[in-house]
Amino acid sequence: MKKITIVRIASLALLVFSLHALSAQEPKTPSTASKQDLTKKLAVSVQPLATSVPDPGERKFEANCSRCHTAPEQLSPRIVGTVVRHMRVRASLSAEDERDILRYLAP
Amino acid sequence: MVLLGLLLLLGTSVLSAQNVPVISGGLGFLEGKSNGAYGFQPVVAPQFTSPIGKDLLFESRFYFGEGIARQDGRTGDYQGTFFKLTQYLQLDYIASRHITFVVGRFLTPFGTYNERLSPIWIQNLQQAPLIFPIGDPAGSSDGAMVRGVIFSKPSVQVNYVAYFSAPTSNSQFSSARAVGDRVDVYFPGKRLEVGSSYGRSLQGTQDNSIGAHLWWEPWRFPLHVRSEYAHGPHAQGYWMESTYRLSQWRGESSLMGRLEPVFRMQQTFRDSPGPGDGLPSANTQQADFGFVYHLPHETRFGSSYGRRFSSTGNENVWNISLVYRFLFPAWRGHE
Repeated sequence: MKKITIVRIASLALLVFSLHALSAQEPKTPSTASKQDLTKKLAVSVQPLATSVPDPGERKFEANCSRCHTAPEQLSPRIVGTVVRHMRVRASLSAEDERDILRYLAP
Repeated sequence: MVLLGLLLLLGTSVLSAQNVPVISGGLGFLEGKSNGAYGFQPVVAPQFTSPIGKDLLFESRFYFGEGIARQDGRTGDYQGTFFKLTQYLQLDYIASRHITFVVGRFLTPFGTYNERLSPIWIQNLQQAPLIFPIGDPAGSSDGAMVRGVIFSKPSVQVNYVAYFSAPTSNSQFSSARAVGDRVDVYFPGKRLEVGSSYGRSLQGTQDNSIGAHLWWEPWRFPLHVRSEYAHGPHAQGYWMESTYRLSQWRGESSLMGRLEPVFRMQQTFRDSPGPGDGLPSANTQQADFGFVYHLPHETRFGSSYGRRFSSTGNENVWNISLVYRFLFPAWRGHE
């Protein structure tokens, strides 16, 4: 049991360390001046930005399903519900996630 | 089994057009050469998935293969050995996101490899990691499992699995009396997951096995880093595998974008003799280099070379595989 405790504590420590390392890579909040620049840039490029917002279903698919496997090249709409329910069990998806991924795979 | 069959029949009457049962799986030709001994294996691993009503799901996966090798390893005539496995045959009841009940035969949720990476149409390297037998050498358990989400926010999700397995001696459904769990913390924003596993055998010497895993798959580039550590009653070890699909070069469908180099490093350490535990009998290090080429029409070609270092002898391990993944409705369904 001692070894189990040690491994689980080590996992937790590794987790904290990884999070710290990752958060250090995150971009800093831009200063006021750079925020103004950003606003100007956004005003010019608002159209491309609006179209590049990822679909929530796509985002959830990427965050859950494609961590292990690639998406099938073709997926018949008749079986999408079955495939997503399988993923709901495997990846503990919520009903909302299931709906979003369904919409993404079979719009 | 009768109950499962009845539920399945009942469920087919309430299927909607979107929920037609699915026949999927992999059809492959695997070839390998290890320490001069050559063998190959045609294999088919069909999977059947069928929703039943709103909250139930029936799932099964089988594995049929014919291992063909020379009688004495390197010499003699080729001879084949047919084998078949029922990897899982389970009924899931999704009570809520926080709890799903599973009964039947299921993949033992110790570590991540068995549940997530073992299908032939998913695995990047043909051979399972050396520590794979730790936790459950059979890979499947007969009994009950609960799984779900303990806590969930957009930035973090804590998942759990707990299971009980009953002893079964049937050749198709063999399993040991055991209990275990896995808890993992997943950060969707980072695609980072850390978790730990625990398994306890409840028959014979009642040994404990423990494990930990770390997965990191950044959003910005198609890199997958997966690793596991496991400690069994007689040995321990780890593996770390990374893949990087070159899809940033003109997209996933380009000539280069279909290529996914793979590297795996693993070590095992023998603490005490454990005959039959499935791990190398001496300390072993192995490095594998390979690639997966994602051909059109759901076909993957994989090749790898590995060098294994051990006090019992060093050896080269070569593998080639060609796998086709199929996925289609079991019947036409409603339009």
